[in-house]
Amino acid sequence: MIVRDQYFLHIMILILMWVAIGSGWNLISGYTGQVLFGAAAFFGVGAYTAALLMHKLEISAWWGLPLGALVSVALAFPFGWICFRLRGPYFALATLALNEILRHIATIWESLTEGMMGILIMQTFVAKEPYYYIALALAALSVVIVSGVMESRLGYYFVSIREDQDAAESMGINTTFYKMVSLCLAGLLIGLAGALYTNYMGFIDPHVVFSLHNISIMAILVGIVGGVGTVYGPAVGAFIMVAIDELFRSGGFGLLAALGKSTGWQFMDSVTKYVSQAHTLVFGILVIVVILYLPNGVVGDWEVVKKRLLFWKREAA
Amino acid sequence: MAFFEAKGIVKFFGGLAAVNSVSFSVEEGQIYGLIGPNGSGKTTIFNLINGFFPLSHGEIFFRGKKISGLKTHQICRLGIGRTFQVVKPLKRMTVVDNVIASAFLHAGSKNEARALAEEIIEFCGLVPYKDKPARSLPIASRKRMEIARALATKPKLLLLDETAAGLNPSELEEAISLIKKMSESGITLIIVEHIMKVIMTISHRILAINHGVVIAEGTPEEVAANHQVITAYLGEDYSAQS
Repeated sequence: MIVRDQYFLHIMILILMWVAIGSGWNLISGYTGQVLFGAAAFFGVGAYTAALLMHKLEISAWWGLPLGALVSVALAFPFGWICFRLRGPYFALATLALNEILRHIATIWESLTEGMMGILIMQTFVAKEPYYYIALALAALSVVIVSGVMESRLGYYFVSIREDQDAAESMGINTTFYKMVSLCLAGLLIGLAGALYTNYMGFIDPHVVFSLHNISIMAILVGIVGGVGTVYGPAVGAFIMVAIDELFRSGGFGLLAALGKSTGWQFMDSVTKYVSQAHTLVFGILVIVVILYLPNGVVGDWEVVKKRLLFWKREAA
Repeated sequence: MAFFEAKGIVKFFGGLAAVNSVSFSVEEGQIYGLIGPNGSGKTTIFNLINGFFPLSHGEIFFRGKKISGLKTHQICRLGIGRTFQVVKPLKRMTVVDNVIASAFLHAGSKNEARALAEEIIEFCGLVPYKDKPARSLPIASRKRMEIARALATKPKLLLLDETAAGLNPSELEEAISLIKKMSESGITLIIVEHIMKVIMTISHRILAINHGVVIAEGTPEEVAANHQVITAYLGEDYSAQS
């Protein structure tokens, strides 16, 4: 029972962390319309800041939360200044490049980052509960920040830029500046999540925290599945995506393996193995289904979900 | 010093001079008409004024200050608003939100921006559409919303790009009365228009261009009687007869 509770807590911590990352992604991509294809760049920078503080300077990795967020913003600022001259897919590609550049730097610069060896730090708490509450606070903070920002002048400017950049510019909005504000806020939230990840997991290496697939693309999926440009979309998306990810990784939460054991079917072993590797494929299918049937995500198209999938209310004739 | 002045503005697209040494000046409070056949460079002139395109040569002055070389949003802040020929509504926002987003330019708080937006929406006769998403509006109301959005930036000079195109006769009357109302409230207007009824009745002065070159400038009567203008619009035959 304790083991299962610990496992449940672990999943919850991951979900809450993804709420923060998804909210950050949603600010720049969902609301401001500048697709961020390299969320891992900010995540990894936050994570490495926390890890290096402990590893090199022997300062508590918890300082990595404010500092990681700061470094992440310090990265977002010049990047935005240079790359917001690019529009649409070209900007998205630039963020992808940033992601890959940082991953290579972290791999090659062994004197600083230990390269592929990764950095191991001592976790502060043995139990998971403290991490759970910190992650919960972070997730709540992200949702509060996003909803606060979207009610303010910034929110109006972000959406104006998404809807029509030329119109926004001729309405007196300094589009380059406000896109940078949006990117910095996104970097802040994603960097915080990265620093928390280091503290929680106690180990990072370049392929984990700068992962294109497990971080950058996952961030996009969380945003799209939950609902692009909705405050609670990333929260819902984080639940769905982490649950699906975990379901496949663990072979139906261990059900397939258990079934193999109880029936004595030898082939269940390989089924389990294939299923756990199939989660990428399922992600792909899920994205196609969501884009086709719920282009505004689960939250954005909640009415459709209610009618079509849950048969909430029959349409009156 | 004129209120608004363009001095020898030139714009090359590759080897083609879309606008070729055009000069004109507008006095405060005027309605200044800009006419010319399709592709003569009217919208390009607007894009040069509000900084979408950089000038190839020439200078533009607004209230004694050189504005050529500034960014679009800086020019807007100085008091030049514009609407677009191909309307650019912020589609997934409501009409009132469209105007609020614009009103934030000179408003300190959201309440202030909202109050200004409500006032302008009433001025433009958009009250029934206020809470509808912009994409659901018919073309006439979209054009009004563009005007409302431009007005929310509190312009001293407003560039209207074919506000009356595609409207039916009753909508046209409303558009004309809105333009007159704006002029009476003290805003200087430069309008591009194809519909001669509109431009001839409301303009104080008119600039006619063809192939990016000025062919006539003067009062509506002078321009209407000008041979080159008639030639540009109707061809040599009509020009010769008159």
